[in-house]
This record gives sequence, C-alpha cells and structure tokens, in this order.
Amino acid sequence: MSIQVKDTSIFYGDFKAVEDVTMSIKPKSVTAFIGPSGCGKSTFLRTLNRMHEVIPGAYVEGKISIHGQDIYGPNVDPVAVRRKVGMVFQRPNPFPTMSIYDNVLAGNKLNSKRIKKSEADSIVESALRGANLWNEVKDRLSKPGMGLSGGQQQRLCIARAIAVQPEVLLMDEPCSALDPISTAAIEDLIHELKSDYTIVIVTHNMQQAARVSDDTGFFNLKAAGQPGHLVEFNPTKQMFTKPDNPDTEAYISGRFG
Amino acid sequence: MTVAADPGADPGVDTKSELSGRGSMGDVVFRGIAVIAATLIMVALAAVFIFLGIEGIPGFSVDEQHYAGQGSFLGLVVPLLYATMYAAVLALIVAVPFSVAIALFISHYAPRRIATPVAYVIDLLAAVPSVVFGLWGAVVLGPYLVPTHAWLSENLAWLPFFDGQPSGNGRTLFTASIVLAVMILPIITSICREVFAQTPRLHEEAALALGATRWEMVRYAVFPYARSGMVSAVMLGLGRALGETMAIAMIVSPKVLISLFIIGTNNPETIAAHIAQGYKESTPDRLSVLIATGLVLFAFTFLVNALARWIVARGRAK
Repeated sequence: MSIQVKDTSIFYGDFKAVEDVTMSIKPKSVTAFIGPSGCGKSTFLRTLNRMHEVIPGAYVEGKISIHGQDIYGPNVDPVAVRRKVGMVFQRPNPFPTMSIYDNVLAGNKLNSKRIKKSEADSIVESALRGANLWNEVKDRLSKPGMGLSGGQQQRLCIARAIAVQPEVLLMDEPCSALDPISTAAIEDLIHELKSDYTIVIVTHNMQQAARVSDDTGFFNLKAAGQPGHLVEFNPTKQMFTKPDNPDTEAYISGRFG
Repeated sequence: MTVAADPGADPGVDTKSELSGRGSMGDVVFRGIAVIAATLIMVALAAVFIFLGIEGIPGFSVDEQHYAGQGSFLGLVVPLLYATMYAAVLALIVAVPFSVAIALFISHYAPRRIATPVAYVIDLLAAVPSVVFGLWGAVVLGPYLVPTHAWLSENLAWLPFFDGQPSGNGRTLFTASIVLAVMILPIITSICREVFAQTPRLHEEAALALGATRWEMVRYAVFPYARSGMVSAVMLGLGRALGETMAIAMIVSPKVLISLFIIGTNNPETIAAHIAQGYKESTPDRLSVLIATGLVLFAFTFLVNALARWIVARGRAK
C-alpha cells in the first residue's frame, strides 16, 4: 500500500505548521521521519490517518493518497481511513478499564460488529503473537491491560492496532517512554511487521531510524516561527552516509538539533 | 528574635530569624483559618444533628392525634419517605439522560463558541430560586401539561403510574417531577461536563485511531473514565431532589399516602413539603413530630450519600 503525498501543507488554525511536503512511501517497508522537536514530523504523521483534524481548527491542504485513493477526498469518511491506517502513540495508551483480551479486540468490536467467541479468541491470539506478547500474557488475558509494564503495554497497543488488520501502521515515537530492553523488543517487532504492513515511524533517536528503516525523511524548520518542511527524503543508507543536503548531514552528524 | 518580619531589614544582619521565622506569619494565619473553617463545618453539622435529635426524638411517641391522621410515627413517616424517594427518583429518571447528553454536547460535540454559552445558561438555571420554579410549575407548566395528563391516562393506563382519573389542572406529581428535574439538571450537568472534559486526550485518541466514531470514542474512553464522577453527580442531584421543598409544596396538593399513580389530584406528600406546609400552625407536639420526620430525612440522605461513596469506591478498586 504505497502512500503518495503531494504538495501537502498542514495548519493549526491560522498557523502553518508544515509546508509543501511531497514524498512517496514504499509499501511493506519502514519509513522513518527524523528531525528536531517542533519541526512537524509528528503533525505530518497524524495527517496520514486523518488524526490531525481531531484538533479544533486544524486542517490540511494538498493531496495524500493511499493505494491510489485520495484519503482527503470529498466522500471519504475519516473513520474508515483510520481503520485502514493504524496508529501507535508516544505513550502506551491501553484502555484502562479493559482487560488485555478486550483491549486487543477493542477495534474489532467497533461499529457494533458481533464476533463469535472462537473467532475472537483466534484474533486475540494472532494479534498478540504478532506483537510478540502472547507468551508473556497468555495466562492472564482477563487481567487489566494497565497491569503490564510500559514496554508490554506498548506491544499491547501494537497488538490492538494490528488486530483490525490495517494496511499501514503509523508509530509516533513508540519507544520514547520505554527503557532500552523494551525498545529493542519493539524494534525487533518492527522488523517482523514490515513483511505485512507499511510502517511509518517518527523517532527522535537517529540510531533507531538507522536500525529499523528503509527510507528516511528529514524534517526541519526554515527558521524559528517558520513552518517545518521536508528537507530530504532518501533511502536510509544514503541518508546516513552521503546525504544530498548539507543540513541533513549537519543534523545527522550531531552539529545541531 | 522577632517573628514579625520587617521587609526593609537587611537580610544579612539577622540570619537566625531568616532561617527560622521569616515569612512564617502568613503560614500560621492561613493554617489557623483553614483549621477553623474545617472545624466549623463539622461543628455545624453536629449541631444540626444534635438539634434534630433533641427536638425530634420526643416526636416519635406523642399523642396519636399529632400524626396527621396516620395513627403512629411509622404510619406517618413511611408514606412520607416513600413519596420523597419516589419524587426524587422520578426527577432523576427525567434529568439524568438530559444532563449527560447536555454535558457531552458541551464537552465533546459542540464547537467552543456554542459550548461556552450553553454551559453558562445551564449554570444560570441553578441560580433561579426554587420559589420561582414552584410558581412556574404551578401556574405555567401544570396547565400546559393537562392535555398530556389526559393522553397518558387514555393511552398508557396499563402502567400503574397513569392508571386513574387524570388531574384537571395539571398540578400533579408528574408535573412536579419535571420541575424537580429542571432544578437538579444544572448540578448534574456541570459535574458531568467537568469530568468528561478531563478525559485524557491519550485515551480519546486511542479510540479514534482505531476507527471509532465519536459516539464509540465516548463509550470507549469518556464513559469508563468518568463513571465514578457521573455517579457522584447523580447522587448530588438526588440529594438536592430529596430535600427540595418549594417545587413540590407549591405545585401539588398532597396527601399522606403511598401510591404509584402520579397524574391524579391526590399526590403522595414528601417529607420536606410536609414540614414546610405544617410547621406554621403547629403545637409543640406536632412540631416535634415534624422535626422527627426531618431527622429521618437527614439520616436517609446521609445513607444515600454513604451508599454513593461506597459505589464510587468499589468502582475504583476494580
């Protein structure tokens, strides 16, 4: 499911947060966005599943299409877009009142769908296996999701996202609240997931981008108070060895940001 | 060492007072005020309870002529308590769905420029004196609802609430419950609104990102988070409805009786209305009976609140 982005600008009311992004994200690969804080990479990520417009006054200009379909087209329901494009957030956010089992099934139970018990069991198992969490939680599926460790909660959120079988998985700094061991577990998982899903990940950690991604986009601000923009978008190998843009090189080599 | 700090003094001169005394005057005063305020409210509550006890306990057993024709204290207080609860529950049935819906509208559906004025108007409802509500109910709403009464008794007579001769002037428990509902709506709405608005953004986004519609997001993220707050809101509304006097006293012509029928001319009388209508022309014995019924109301509201807290606490522990 390739994602085509053309001349996209993103606004919060009058404030233009991101300007003129054009890129092409390859299917079944991992694409990472890096850049300094406030450069709009998370904002941009949230436009890919129309979560940006949840904030009052926020809107998007330009064209974003997934698998050839314009997701901002006039007849497109944002709810339907979000079912196709899953999302994992910065901080793990399992539903606090639900058990592990119900958390995984939360997305499947939406839109008043009824699922048979046997079918539900198999969805839960395969999603949890998919998120490398099955062996750790299989004996306590009825316990609350909040009882897990931070890293396990984040994998539970990944299981919840993949249980509805999306085509694209967006991850907004999924490891920023986790310790190094949990981070390694999530990174391994990303490697496995990319055979089934198109993954887009925002990260502050350049080593992480280098480890997990196939392509990397570097976002930056032109100046303080100016909108963020996409400086360079290239295969990760090239970005970290001989980037086209001197700003990219300066950022990656640690000269600013 | 002086405790009173002189703002003009050189701080370097008296280091001892700098460390131990300076600025603590404000703390002492504030702490004193806080402690006094907290104590005062406890004392006031205890005083009310003691007053009710001393003045009311004799009312449990006076000459039977003082029990408004009911023969004994229990014979009087049971129907009164029943009516009090009945009216309050009817009001809650009307008010809670509206309050929750309005609160949701304000916190999650309406654009801000509409939500703020709506919230303001609802809060203003709470400022309307209950006498005005009572007057409105008796003079405006009651007559207006007469056709509704007739319709209910014609078409829904198979329900015990509507089975009987409807009142010709609309001054019934049915009308009174609606007025009561309007009166308790602001408190329930504003508390629900506050807790709804505090739902963590993270939980809301978790639901939305899974492809939840707005209503599903409310069910997944907002209601579970707000549940205990909603119970408190309903209980506060119930508390107000239990103690509310004027609306019922002004609208209905009450009798001491137990009945489910709510659209007739004879309506069950609540404790608060019974006291309000009886205390002016009362003998000392009659007065102590009234105070005793007040004591029962006090104990009952206390129980309701304790029960509510227990429910809330149990909900949290899960």
